[in-house]
Amino acid sequence: MDFISILSIFVMACFVGYYVVWSVTPALHTPLMAVTNAISSVIIVGALIAAAEAGSPAAKWLGLIGIVFASVNIFGGFAVTERMLAMYKKKERPAPAKASGVEGK
Amino acid sequence: MGFLSALAVAYEQVDIIEAPLEAATHAVNPWVSLAYLIAGVCFIFALRGLSSPATSRKGNRYGMIGMTIAVVTTLLTHDIASLPEIMIAIAIGGGIGFVIARKIAMTDMPQLVAAFHSLVGMAAVLVGWAAYLNPGAFGILNEFGTISAVSRVEMGLGIAIGSITFSGSVIAFLKLAGKMSGAPIMLPGRHVINLGTLAAIVLLTAYFTQDQSFWIIATITALAFIIGFLLIIPIGGADMPVVVSMLNSYSGWAAAAMGFTLHNTAMIITGALVGASGAILSYIMCKAMNRSFISVIAGGFGGDAGGGGGAGAAASDRPWKRGSAEDAAFMMGQAEQVIIIPGYGMAVAQAQHVLREMTDLLKAKGVNVKFAIHPVAGRMPGHMNVLLAEANVPYDEVFELEDINGEFAQTDVAFIIGANDVVNPAAKTDKSSPIYGMPVFDVDKAKQVFFIKRSMGGVGYAGVDNDVFYMDQTMMLLADAKKMVEEINKALAD
Repeated sequence: MDFISILSIFVMACFVGYYVVWSVTPALHTPLMAVTNAISSVIIVGALIAAAEAGSPAAKWLGLIGIVFASVNIFGGFAVTERMLAMYKKKERPAPAKASGVEGK
Repeated sequence: MGFLSALAVAYEQVDIIEAPLEAATHAVNPWVSLAYLIAGVCFIFALRGLSSPATSRKGNRYGMIGMTIAVVTTLLTHDIASLPEIMIAIAIGGGIGFVIARKIAMTDMPQLVAAFHSLVGMAAVLVGWAAYLNPGAFGILNEFGTISAVSRVEMGLGIAIGSITFSGSVIAFLKLAGKMSGAPIMLPGRHVINLGTLAAIVLLTAYFTQDQSFWIIATITALAFIIGFLLIIPIGGADMPVVVSMLNSYSGWAAAAMGFTLHNTAMIITGALVGASGAILSYIMCKAMNRSFISVIAGGFGGDAGGGGGAGAAASDRPWKRGSAEDAAFMMGQAEQVIIIPGYGMAVAQAQHVLREMTDLLKAKGVNVKFAIHPVAGRMPGHMNVLLAEANVPYDEVFELEDINGEFAQTDVAFIIGANDVVNPAAKTDKSSPIYGMPVFDVDKAKQVFFIKRSMGGVGYAGVDNDVFYMDQTMMLLADAKKMVEEINKALAD
């Protein structure tokens, strides 16, 4: 891919990011930060290439350390986001004349 | 798995056909590019899901799927001679991350996020260095067998942004975790030092296109580490929401810069998304404090007043009324509507659970209870919302500033717990006030105000006195937030 195609993808993605992030409800800004943390660790792709390819033992070790760091983020980021999101609950609407509350949709 | 095996087969075929043509640069297989593109799209869906709590968990799953696609694609399309080592590295990192995610207290989220940012920054630096040491593996060699000029610029930028993210996030982590004073540390001439260091990094990156020496990349890394450190130490505790958002943005740009180096669409899309996300959050935080981004970065504003003592003027001698837990319980029990305004003090006192019990007791008495959250309440965007969600407060009882501010005139009791500057009317009236222009809650319109505070001595982060303390309808509840709410609960239950 030439530089201009890559730049085009980048610029378009910035616009997509702009509109998508503005639509995030402020109540979920902390999970937003946690999940962006997790996905920005897609940088693990670079670390994997460095660790997998032959040619430089030093690069391989840097890659492996990079994999460890990025994995902390990926697993930690997604898990903590999942944990937080599971806590957000809607008000239980008391069902009339019934004992059990009905979960709002 | 059918797709993935097709991917591997397709890659091998293209490799054979194009190998002679692509001696220097890597073969770009359309299937591989497509897989990374799909991963990028999954990440867009992950953020899109966060537009409402109802769809958010599905979004998170998309994120996980996207990450799996990216990782598996990479492993399938490269030499996997060192697969055992790679798997061990993933297991170690993943294990640590998973345990942390399970154990972390929700009040500690800001420092956890800062710590995670530092890891992204460090990973970017490591990948940049690895690409420098083994450029052939990353397909960035030109026909002369050296790293192409464009790649060198991208590499230099990626390493610099990654380093700044790393050292800046480490400082932010130390400040947020209380391992380092939250007070601003002001070095003399720091603006000159910062700008000089930044200029040196830019010049070195430019020079790197001419000379591929090791010392240049090492110096860029070192200087960027220093600048990240210098950038965050002068920023006070109250500005931490902006700093955390800003570092979030940097970690995204670092990933994007590495994506440019590696010609990887998944990384570029993700980097742009995360970069935009952090930038927008920084903007929202700055706007909610009516401060410019530049003035926040310049630093020096607001020490760590978590203990209830900002710098500057102590409370004046004006008369104020002290209330008791029984007063609060009685007034709120009689009220039609109560609005609770939590702030960082609630997080410090870990009072969210007892606060939810209080709302349950009030609701049992037929009182309408709502929560009002200021965008900068707490130490990171959305901090209060997470704590309330943790305490099982339904999210449809929690309102944003602009949605609830009109209701105070019809509200019997405004209950302020651990917040201060966000209810200060000086922001509306006093042009000389440092917080002038910041949007605040109109608590002065409520019939009765209860204000939980540790003592009258401390003022908010901004170091300004608050007229709400001295209003006729205000009663000060001077105690630790959690203890006070527990006493109110006892009085309500009687």
